[in-house]
Amino acid sequence: MSRQVELKNHQQEIFNFRLRLFIGIGFALLLLAILLARFVYLQAMRHDYYQTLAEKNRISVMPIVPNRGLIVDRNGVVLAHNFSGYTLEITPSRVKNLQATIDDLATLVDIQPRDRKRFKKLHAESHDFETLMIRSRLSDEEVARFAAQQYRFPGVEIKARLFREYPYSEKTAHLLGYIGRINQADEDRLEENETAANYRGTDYIGKTGLEQYYENELHGTTGIEQVEVDSAGRAVRILSRTPPVSGNTLILSIDAKLQDIAEQAFGDYRGALVAIDPANGEVLSFVSRPGYDPSLFVDGIDADSWKTLNESPDHPLNNRALRGQYPSGSTIKPFMALAGLFYNIRSPGQTIGDPGYYTLSGSSHQYRDWKKGGHGTVDLFKSIVISCDTYYYGLAVEMGIDNIFNFLSRFGFGKKTGIDLEGETSGLLPSQEWKMKRFKQKWFTGDTVSVGIGQGYSLVTPLQLAAATATLANDGIGYRPHLVREVKNSVSGEIRKLEDKPAFDIKLDAAHIDLVKRAMTAVTQPGGTAAQASAGASYTLAGKTGTAQVVGMKQGEKYDASKIDERHRDHAWFIAFAPVDKPKIAVVVLAENGGHGGGTAAPIARKVMDYYLLGKVPAPVVPVVKPVINANPAASGVPEVEAD
Amino acid sequence: MTRQRIWQAIIRHLDLPLLAGMALLMVASLLTLYSASDHSFDRVLAQGANILVAFCCLWVVANLPLHYLMRTAVPIYVLGMLLLIGVALFGDISHGARRWLNIGVATIQPSELMKIGVPLMMAWYFEKYEAGLTLKNYIIASLLLLLPVALIARQPDLGTALLISASGFYVLFLAGLSWRVMGGLFVAGLASAPFLWSMLHDYQRHRIEMLFDPSQDALGKGYHTIQGMIAVGSGGILGKGYLNGTQTHLDFLPERTTDFIFAVYSEEFGLLGNLILLGMYCFVIARGFVITANASTYFTRLMAGSITLTFATYAFVNMGMVSGILPIVGVPLPLVSYGGTSMLTLLLGFGMLMSIQTHKKLVKS
Repeated sequence: MSRQVELKNHQQEIFNFRLRLFIGIGFALLLLAILLARFVYLQAMRHDYYQTLAEKNRISVMPIVPNRGLIVDRNGVVLAHNFSGYTLEITPSRVKNLQATIDDLATLVDIQPRDRKRFKKLHAESHDFETLMIRSRLSDEEVARFAAQQYRFPGVEIKARLFREYPYSEKTAHLLGYIGRINQADEDRLEENETAANYRGTDYIGKTGLEQYYENELHGTTGIEQVEVDSAGRAVRILSRTPPVSGNTLILSIDAKLQDIAEQAFGDYRGALVAIDPANGEVLSFVSRPGYDPSLFVDGIDADSWKTLNESPDHPLNNRALRGQYPSGSTIKPFMALAGLFYNIRSPGQTIGDPGYYTLSGSSHQYRDWKKGGHGTVDLFKSIVISCDTYYYGLAVEMGIDNIFNFLSRFGFGKKTGIDLEGETSGLLPSQEWKMKRFKQKWFTGDTVSVGIGQGYSLVTPLQLAAATATLANDGIGYRPHLVREVKNSVSGEIRKLEDKPAFDIKLDAAHIDLVKRAMTAVTQPGGTAAQASAGASYTLAGKTGTAQVVGMKQGEKYDASKIDERHRDHAWFIAFAPVDKPKIAVVVLAENGGHGGGTAAPIARKVMDYYLLGKVPAPVVPVVKPVINANPAASGVPEVEAD
Repeated sequence: MTRQRIWQAIIRHLDLPLLAGMALLMVASLLTLYSASDHSFDRVLAQGANILVAFCCLWVVANLPLHYLMRTAVPIYVLGMLLLIGVALFGDISHGARRWLNIGVATIQPSELMKIGVPLMMAWYFEKYEAGLTLKNYIIASLLLLLPVALIARQPDLGTALLISASGFYVLFLAGLSWRVMGGLFVAGLASAPFLWSMLHDYQRHRIEMLFDPSQDALGKGYHTIQGMIAVGSGGILGKGYLNGTQTHLDFLPERTTDFIFAVYSEEFGLLGNLILLGMYCFVIARGFVITANASTYFTRLMAGSITLTFATYAFVNMGMVSGILPIVGVPLPLVSYGGTSMLTLLLGFGMLMSIQTHKKLVKS
């Protein structure tokens, strides 16, 4: 009986399933029927219409490329703009013999081997039916000569195009970056961003620097022109037109004149300079020396120029301010002093005796002070003024690496500052955890010693040090450094301020910060390590010198600049801010292989501050000859205390 | 003699009619790819390799007895869910969407796994509670479907989420979800449409709006739709002839080898070619239904039915999107579009169909 019911149930179930399956089949047939109907509609009933669109008179949707936004400095000086010019372009699919055509063209317009190489590269990267540029920026005479002969060259035409120009060229290269032809990687990214449509017709995109970071602001919105074209692809008439919207104007916090003065102040030195307004994080000057000519990259750089730039021992393509990682040297001492006060390890009046070296208990290894014989009795104030190494060796060991790490990371060491440029490096603020991860080794007390004077594992970028200096100058209230101050809408003219809120506040004791600032002021006065820095200044200025070792010294060996290969000489640092009571500018200078911070880096910072605070333009620049660094400090005009 | 026996062993668990239908579609795929990639063999060879790899997987699955197939349901589903949760928590963000999970050696897209995993799990669940199905079972099965779909929709990958929803719905439908409930859901769906609309991302909304007016975004996705319709429409009754499609070769068509390959085919082979293509799909789908109707257990019936209906849906969605009656959702044309992942997922499904068909005989005997 129950078996029968089960069987019946089973049959019922099979029946139900079959019923559902038939409905499913019906559904599938319905889908296929819809498709079939659609195909009949498109291909049989509307065929003539689409045939016309496709073959005879095609409605072509032509993109109208918007003008790229301008970049201007804080005073409205133009740093990047567009100018129209003529280019000579070839459509390979419409040319029978490409080589012969180019040879022929060379008799009319100037075509250099590098133009040919660039065209060849371009041709290899694109489809035959695209029009490719062989020469840009034709002279009026060349345009006229070609126009007269154009009938001989089917598939070759002159086009008016907009070019990007950077009036300050090398001086703003590391800041603005450059635009370049859109390549496959860019296309893929645009596709993923769902912004590819807006780039139809656009050939260029920001590749580095601000041009890259603010691509969305600068590009604008592409317009559309619907045109009727004949079978040869010529436009017959315009059906509708949506005008393009130009990109927005970037208003930088950079002062172009200041940038110019800073660049010139470097003379022949390689290095970097970053100047920041401590009250809001606006970057006033951003220099990486040497620079390069960004216009080389705009139409694709040719192999020879690339080789020259890339293989130069000066590494002009390296953005030192943003990506260069150097030992901070003694410029870390004011921050270490603040840490010592913060953790109550040193009090302002507490002194140590400096015999000229430091030893860890139970070890005979001598960590030497830069001054043989030592500085005698040293308190915190003096330790900054004369840059006493022994003081900071001991302070670092007593504080311990964990405290150093915690305190210094509040100033942004070991972290990206978040500036509005891509590719920033984060420097290195070592910790126990880091060393275990990196070397699979525990942290030794000996490692802490050299961290105390900014050597050992620790590395900073000039930008990072500048941001930290600005934070110190601003009593511990830090801002994210930024280059773009405002964005001006190209249509409404409305100006949008990007940001001016503090990013963080390191709660510092007012007495502590005051002591350190006073000591830093004394650094720039007679008796300090940068005694010349404030000479004749009508404002007060605080600073700290630093020297970053490029090659290590053996125990007992003496550093003698004259005996060392130039590129192995120490890097010179100077960090400064002014005026001391209400800082308006914080500057960090790094002069590679510059030797002493006070001698080479401080004068550069001084020129920048003089212009920014007083409007003083340095005397006409006599080409700066790199001073011969002499073993005898007096002979090179460097004051005696000037060392560290 | 021995050679014949080896051959027998190889094809023993393959369903030859189904295989023939698939092979015809694959031949159409390779021919069209050659034309779509401007007479280059690169894509054709790469697609050949995709087919080869996917076929090996198909063979393995087809040779797995049914109880093995059932046993994989829970592990695959659980693994898929863990990976989806992993994606939601740690996935690589690629321009606003988290779809990929970096597992050290490679990045994977777990939503692909769930195209198989979800119907498999639901069919397994219904089989387990076959004896007395109540509304509660349907609710739990729906949850099994909605959880992964919600995670995938959140990524956001609306196209995949909708297609997995469809394959899960087919299982619910075949398992006998009552008409009244379905009617209720339909009404509820319509009622919540405005709410769902507000939940969508801007670009998703944009794609749907665009369907009603492609000229709105004539340079973007609307451009794809317009160019697709021009290619199909200008093909006419007989087509422009193999390798002669002007839209294809003048570079008007986007994604010619992947999502829009049907436009290339349709332009060159015309309405006649489309009829043949639909015929081939019809044949494969019909064979799938035959296998479904003959399937011996509840699990296999549900699974086979869902695989077949999902396959039909994929084909419909792709061709509908190219010919301008559905929004552009990024679904490839099954067995024809270029692409390794979709080929693998499809052939795994067909492997299951073949296993269902060929192991049934053994069960009976």
